[in-house]
Amino acid sequence: MDNRTPILEVKHLCKHFYQGKSVMKAVDDVSFHVYKGETFGLVGESGCGKTTTGRTIIRLYGATSGEVWFNGNRIDGKLNKEETKAVTSKMQMIFQDPVASLNPRMTVEEIISEGAKINKIFATEEELKANVHKMLELVGLTAEHATRYPHEFSGGQRQRICIARALITKPDLVIADEPISALDVSIQAQVLNLMNKLRKELGLTILFIAHDLSVVKYFSERIAVMNRGRIVEMASSDLLYDNPVHPYTKSLLSAIPIPNPLLEKKRERFDYDPSIHQYDEQNQPKMIEIEPGHLVSMSDREYAAYLGAKK
Amino acid sequence: MERILEVKDLHIHFNAFAGAVKAIRGVSFHLNKGETLAIVGESGSGKSVTTKAVTRILPDNAVIDNGEITYKGMDLLAMTEKEFNNIRGNEIGLIFQDPLSALDPVMKIGKQITETLILKQKMPKKEAEARALELMKAVGIPNAEQRFHEYPFQFSGGMRQRIVIAIALASNPQLLICDEPTTALDVTIQSQILELIKKIQKERNLSVIFITHDLGVVANMADRVDVMYAGKIVEEGTVEDIFYDPKHPYTWSLLASMPNLDTKGGDELMVIPGTPPNMLYPPKGDAFAPRNHYAMKIDFDREPPMFKVSDTHYAATWLLHPDAPKVEMPAHLKHRIELQLKEAEKYNG
Repeated sequence: MDNRTPILEVKHLCKHFYQGKSVMKAVDDVSFHVYKGETFGLVGESGCGKTTTGRTIIRLYGATSGEVWFNGNRIDGKLNKEETKAVTSKMQMIFQDPVASLNPRMTVEEIISEGAKINKIFATEEELKANVHKMLELVGLTAEHATRYPHEFSGGQRQRICIARALITKPDLVIADEPISALDVSIQAQVLNLMNKLRKELGLTILFIAHDLSVVKYFSERIAVMNRGRIVEMASSDLLYDNPVHPYTKSLLSAIPIPNPLLEKKRERFDYDPSIHQYDEQNQPKMIEIEPGHLVSMSDREYAAYLGAKK
Repeated sequence: MERILEVKDLHIHFNAFAGAVKAIRGVSFHLNKGETLAIVGESGSGKSVTTKAVTRILPDNAVIDNGEITYKGMDLLAMTEKEFNNIRGNEIGLIFQDPLSALDPVMKIGKQITETLILKQKMPKKEAEARALELMKAVGIPNAEQRFHEYPFQFSGGMRQRIVIAIALASNPQLLICDEPTTALDVTIQSQILELIKKIQKERNLSVIFITHDLGVVANMADRVDVMYAGKIVEEGTVEDIFYDPKHPYTWSLLASMPNLDTKGGDELMVIPGTPPNMLYPPKGDAFAPRNHYAMKIDFDREPPMFKVSDTHYAATWLLHPDAPKVEMPAHLKHRIELQLKEAEKYNG
């Protein structure tokens, strides 16, 4: 089907947190890949493991098991200095809260240049400075802002600084973890437009993590829906919205309020009850491709029922 | 229709270190019995301050300069604190955004509900406990008897918000003020809480003021809508007026700036340039003018009054003045609204 090269491949990734005797399976056997130049959306409600997935990929957490492949190299587990450098400079992250993720005691210039300095991307100070200014202009700020501190900026501007910081190392992959949910409504559209522009101009690959489905649909080409640490459905954004198959996806879609009063006041909601699957030892869920590019987590019995209903 | 609450020409400023922050600059609205009024606006537009003034829980550095708040014919601002204690809670209930900080972390859930009943309604303890259990069941908490003896941290976010709603309902208020009650919750939980509030409203014929910035939630809940910007109401109307026939440029950009499920990837979103004004120095003229694509010379000079569009629909923009040039809403918003109307028609058959 798709013969583009994946830039990121995640295979059977697990991340378990241990609390005394109990195990919290935050990410449980997650597999997906992201092609070069595309935007891949990861959605789900809070606690479903979407952020943990992002953080495990970028090595903020060590994976419990499974593999992460980036640019053809395996990057989970122990890496030597050179391999680490290849990962840290080519993969960058934008966090949800632009207030908490900027050091209040560093100037904007120091913040943006830090990653480039550590990775020794530019040969001279002048080149570094010129690139910081270039980045600031790219994200809609000016060179004058370089000497200021984060508290002098509004939330939207701070998120722009975070984006500039992520882009200065010329990353191949940007992981954006809820980049707009901490911003005001009128500012969200500004940041979305900026990310859209950068994606087109720089050909960025983005792993977009969010809970707002309308934003994810607008922004992503393919989407994976997560629930309780697992991916339950994965498809291109149009397929997913036109033909949701997994009951959790249906319930999530029906829960988004639509700004259309005549429709919204009459819409039906579906509640998701995980016990309807009745999974047992013979009937374990696995990812089944029900149509080209549309994967759903279901057991063999459910798949048979789905095919039966289709006829 | 009977008016339960009326706010007239309210002005509030905060004494801050840097000077007077003019948070509310002439807000007037009313609420009819049994209806839901949504107040929409971004953070800092003054929507929470307005409702805090109604319940008189403004911080100490807030000063009400001018205005009138009438509840069932009583002047709320003229009352003594002691008199008002009979109104707050008993007549007007409140639900806040963050259910974790609204609950006492070291007090059992059951006690937090009975406390209200014992203090406000002078109910004997046994009776209050039975009533609290009833309330917990009414807001949909399973195993109420067992959960009665648990602490807030043992509850999930949605369940905590249900407890807060139960406390607000404990003394049978007539007016319920919900200040972003679902912003901290997930969409699936949000839809459950919204359903619950609607159900309770119907059962008890409550009047509701619903504060939010999510237009989808407004579409779901509201009968009428007030759009606030920089301490003023810029547009007021029924929910249909606001969503299908908006008149104020700020409302236009609010409606057009967020992607919906029909927005194609790669379409440019309509943005509101710049940031909201600093209310230490509210701008002369229309506060939205510097961010407005359609601003005229007069917008920077004089504040627009409320122009009447229809009996239910008012908007504060000079564009509605008879001498103003005819300006239509942006084409893609018009297109979006047409699509929405068609979709609604299809769905409702």
